[in-house]
Amino acid sequence: MTAAPPERLVAVPVRHWGRWLSAVVAIGLFGLFVHALSGADVKWSTTWQFFTFDTIVKGAGRTLLISVLAQALGIVIGVVVAVMRSSGNPVTAAIGWLYVWFFRGTPVLLQLLVWFNLAFLFQTLSFPGLGSAQTSDVMTPFVAALLGLGINEGAYMAEIVRAGLTSVDEGQTEAAQALGMRRGLLLRRIVLPQAMRVIVPPTGNEFINMLKTSALASIVQYGELLLAAQAIYTNNLQIMELLFAAALWYLILTSVFSIGQFYLERRFARGASRNLPPTPLQRLHRSLRSARREMPR
Amino acid sequence: MSSPMVLAEKVHKSFGALEVLKGIDLAVQPGEVCCLLGPSGSGKSTFLRCINHLEKVDAGRLSVDGQLVGYRQQGDRLYELREHEVAAARSEIGMVFQRFNLFPHMTALANVVEAPIRVRRVPKAEAVERGRALLARVGLSDKVDAYPAQLSGGQQQRVAIARALAMQPKLMLFDEPTSALDPELVGEVLDVMRGLAADGMTMVVVTHEMGFARDVADTVVFMDGGVVVESGRPQHVLDDPQHERTRAFLGKVL
Repeated sequence: MTAAPPERLVAVPVRHWGRWLSAVVAIGLFGLFVHALSGADVKWSTTWQFFTFDTIVKGAGRTLLISVLAQALGIVIGVVVAVMRSSGNPVTAAIGWLYVWFFRGTPVLLQLLVWFNLAFLFQTLSFPGLGSAQTSDVMTPFVAALLGLGINEGAYMAEIVRAGLTSVDEGQTEAAQALGMRRGLLLRRIVLPQAMRVIVPPTGNEFINMLKTSALASIVQYGELLLAAQAIYTNNLQIMELLFAAALWYLILTSVFSIGQFYLERRFARGASRNLPPTPLQRLHRSLRSARREMPR
Repeated sequence: MSSPMVLAEKVHKSFGALEVLKGIDLAVQPGEVCCLLGPSGSGKSTFLRCINHLEKVDAGRLSVDGQLVGYRQQGDRLYELREHEVAAARSEIGMVFQRFNLFPHMTALANVVEAPIRVRRVPKAEAVERGRALLARVGLSDKVDAYPAQLSGGQQQRVAIARALAMQPKLMLFDEPTSALDPELVGEVLDVMRGLAADGMTMVVVTHEMGFARDVADTVVFMDGGVVVESGRPQHVLDDPQHERTRAFLGKVL
């Protein structure tokens, strides 16, 4: 004898009146904001015109370039310093600690200026085996910006990587050791890949921060986005219009990389959770579906 | 008689002020299955971890297959082994952990072939072929591409056994391999271990599975308070214990 399946439950879903109310309030406030802006003394056409202006686009390109390179330098330094600090060697551990202490303890703006003005300390720089050069020739705005931003970033990345390394269960190290793996192999193949899940989200944050912090490189005359905007507005005095054009570029850059970060995190969550978080499209689909269900009939 | 695979003489180990091993004497012959029994805190896991140098011995002698563990003797002096020497010694000893410790970012097959490829430099195709055969041997042919999180505890532990076997060890250490498993999953892991024992693998097993110890072990060692209380054939130690402490323990677990 088979029992009939129980009747499917039909229930009125909970009504979320608060959500509808907050939507109305938000739309109202946004309207006020747009109204205020419409009365402001800004020539939007100028903003648009400069948004695609050659100097500004090139500046945005340089902002992207210096951010990517400085972040890459920071990641490499961060991994090396984190491994140094967690190694059993007291000398390398102390060096790693000093590095973090110094570069995290001084403003990055100051560090940029020190690199840029290095010629006051050393007239010439000699590279063993490669000869020597005038410091002022080597320390171009680009090099000063790269070193200043990258080496500073290395100190922050070192802490992030170290947190990642310690987050991996000790049993993983033991299992790898029991298989005869040595420290280098064990870090590279077992611990670091698992630490990535902890390292990637804050690194994405760091990079998005770097896109904006790179504006500080304008102080050493590196022709990135902000310096490009400043160079134009000192001539035509359309200050706000150019700052808005630059802001738009910064928003585009940070938005693109925020999306990239999301997919990168998903990739590294593999094996750690059975269900990956939904992509924005999946989430939108779901919330639309639930909103339809909640719609009062 | 051949020389023992594991030989311990007066092995001591302390963690700070706490002396965990207070002079362990033990010999395990090649092809033998030795089960270590005893209450928690008796030092049996610590002793097992000393055998592949996951813990350092403080005093006494411990050797595997005639080689001192973690040290080299020249004349009267002992020299600590370098990291690559310790690693080489460990690569010949398989270890299975209570918590499995599979690499979660790798599939079952990748877990099994990782060490042969990276440590032993076995060609990839050959390692994969052997890895598949090992997974088949532990009954997991259909889980080759599964990640550890997608496997049950018993399946994970069987992958862990296959991973250890992939290095073709001369000795296998099991640290409470079934203690973290649901009761109904214990059997599948013990069956794999029975098969290994039948194939002549030398095994040292820390366990609370009295049935397994009785059926499979050649020697049962009962430890308490950091010393070996008594040891011998399973029927002697389990059915006719000579010491009060052994009797008390067995009375609780049997």
